[in-house]
Amino acid sequence: MSDSITTTEPRQNLSDFYNPNVLVNLGPSHPAMHGTLRVMCRVNGEVIEDSTCEIGYLHRAIEKLAENKTYHQWIVYTDRLNYCSALTNNIAYVMAVEDILGIQVTDRCMWIRVICMELSRIIDHIICVAINALDMGALTCFWYLYHWREEAYTMIEAMCGMRLTTSYARIGGMSYDLPDNFDELMAKFIKGLPKSLDDVEKLLTTNRIWTDRTRGVGKLTREQAIDLGVTGPCLRASGVDFDLRRDRPYYTYPELDFEVAVGLNGDVYDRYLVRIEEMRQSLKILKQCMKKLPKGPLWVEDKRVFIPNKQDVYTKMEVLIHHFKIFMEGIDVPPGEAYNAVEAPNGELGFYVVSRGGPKAWRIKIKSPSLLHFQSFETSAKGSKIPDAIAILGSLNIIAGELDR
Amino acid sequence: MTLFDIIALLLKLVFVLAVVLNAVPVVIWFERRGSAWMQGRVGPNRVGPFGLLQPVADVIKFIFKEDFVPKEASKFYYHVAPMIAAVAPFAAFAAIPFGSFLAIGGQQVPLQIASLDIGILSVLAFAGLEVYPIMLAGWASNNKYSMFGALRGSSQMVSYEIALGLSLVSMLLIYGTLNLTEMVVYQDQLMFGFMPRWGIFLNPIAFLIFLIAIFAETNRLPFDLPEGDAELVAGYHTEYGATKFAMFFFAEYVAMIMASSLLITLFFGGYALFPGLETVIAGIAGALQLSPEWTQNIRAAFQVAGFIFKVGCMMFFYVWVRWTFPRFRFDQLMNLGWKILFPLALVNLLFVALVIAWMGG
Repeated sequence: MSDSITTTEPRQNLSDFYNPNVLVNLGPSHPAMHGTLRVMCRVNGEVIEDSTCEIGYLHRAIEKLAENKTYHQWIVYTDRLNYCSALTNNIAYVMAVEDILGIQVTDRCMWIRVICMELSRIIDHIICVAINALDMGALTCFWYLYHWREEAYTMIEAMCGMRLTTSYARIGGMSYDLPDNFDELMAKFIKGLPKSLDDVEKLLTTNRIWTDRTRGVGKLTREQAIDLGVTGPCLRASGVDFDLRRDRPYYTYPELDFEVAVGLNGDVYDRYLVRIEEMRQSLKILKQCMKKLPKGPLWVEDKRVFIPNKQDVYTKMEVLIHHFKIFMEGIDVPPGEAYNAVEAPNGELGFYVVSRGGPKAWRIKIKSPSLLHFQSFETSAKGSKIPDAIAILGSLNIIAGELDR
Repeated sequence: MTLFDIIALLLKLVFVLAVVLNAVPVVIWFERRGSAWMQGRVGPNRVGPFGLLQPVADVIKFIFKEDFVPKEASKFYYHVAPMIAAVAPFAAFAAIPFGSFLAIGGQQVPLQIASLDIGILSVLAFAGLEVYPIMLAGWASNNKYSMFGALRGSSQMVSYEIALGLSLVSMLLIYGTLNLTEMVVYQDQLMFGFMPRWGIFLNPIAFLIFLIAIFAETNRLPFDLPEGDAELVAGYHTEYGATKFAMFFFAEYVAMIMASSLLITLFFGGYALFPGLETVIAGIAGALQLSPEWTQNIRAAFQVAGFIFKVGCMMFFYVWVRWTFPRFRFDQLMNLGWKILFPLALVNLLFVALVIAWMGG
């Protein structure tokens, strides 16, 4: 990676950097390097004088694969981007394709998608907060939160049959409607999670050890955060009041009442607080969604994308042919391009889809927040200590699947 | 030394070894089940009743694993480190009294392996050895993370040991002796007619300092910096596997039991009975028409049980703290040690000394 923006001095010789006496390799195989990140640190004692990140250990050419898969086939690849919030990725992608097709999904579909995105925001934040605490030795918080992550996954399993790699969204609708007992499951979740959040806050928020470990660590000022392209909770923790859900609303967010959590200092502690507050806000949104969720059709009445009912496929000739065409040939997307960004748990997740007609995209580019967050790591880790670096990395919530794609 | 003495000594050695060796798996089991209980999990429950045999399964696994030695490791020190780790805390047990004495055939058998006049110093000396395996292991493994662990271990030791020593000195002033048995005898009385005259009530600040210091001494969370599992992989024992790792693991728990025993002896009356138990013993002796000799033996049994109970409570506290707090950063530990604990211990020592001088020694 090139020099980070805020560095003015030129990087030392590479041979200096690789001098084995001062180089400490954090990763790619290290317990705190969630996935396969690699950070090379030039250390003096435990102080990191300089660091550089190497990316690409989890590169799977997902964007290239998009050029060889039909639009539907590629949905499963979006699961593997940020695998902690697969639902959001699915939806963000199909939104972009729907934009090119000019499809407006049904009301019920919109609400379900909002529910999915907020649910995945919660589980993603759970992972970030819990793992960050775990990396700093607070294992109990991890288990308190992970209990509810499992409950959320049980709910997601009831929705689409998968826990982690959901592939729930389809272009023009969802693969399944919500299960019958969804209200119950959600009510239990909405009731239970705040209790665990309170427990975790009691254990951490005012804990002197925790505040000492996190306050003033990994500071990104407002300007730095904007310069480095940081988005999402990390940007808000730095004091920038920006949230796509409110500022460039999509789906039913304008109808929902929620607050955007904004921090002050942009350190690990503020990121933690912002995430905790966002979880509470997401719960608030989910509660409203469950109340407002309308009945009605899930799928758009659009021949181009409509996936017919299985029962009809088995019994009706025309429907069978239609089903065959959609799955064997794919959807014919007209030439055009669309960029669609949503407020993913980690930040702005954008899909830029270019179509030249036919069932396959000509090019898809993913704007993943983790890539930009990882480049901010070099700046914020400089001058901190190794345990701080671990704390910073945890608080940025860099997911290797999304970073390397 | 008569034959009787030698046999009594050997039996005591076997007793202490057996109790401590068997306590370790129980503590490990409790650490796992207890943490699971605190965290809303189930914990290991497959091996034996309530998972009680889990530590046995662990030991078997460790023994049968490949004994891997890194190519670039300094072989001698690499092998010696876990041995020191396992032996040092055991040796420290020698001076800790776990009961008053047994009366057998007109002879008195003190329930203590070595009744030393400098008991406390011997315990501290052996406890101080515990930093050597960390340094040796970290240095000999030829791994940067191990090296960090070793550096942290040694700097940690320097920053807490002084506070620990000073808090101890203030207790020595109160007790007026270095002999651990005499300390217990001193505490085996009542204050104000109802309160046991335990060190914790006499000098609570020294107790707090000592408590914090032994957490650092045993490398337990929140002070498990030499290990720092998320930061330093596994710290000083990153390169250790199989039985050698098991020895480090085992040593950690023996050290915890040892440190708890010392804390109990200094601040919680050691083997001294809880107030009121003396009447129970007198009642038992009266009901069974026991000779004074047997009454003493029953009393000793109660004392040993009480001592084990107190150590057990302390072990629970260890587990509780571990699963509650995050880890310190190592410069914060240094700050705590040098800027807070050290001056506090010094002031406390001065205060205690003045009070004792004022009261006329």
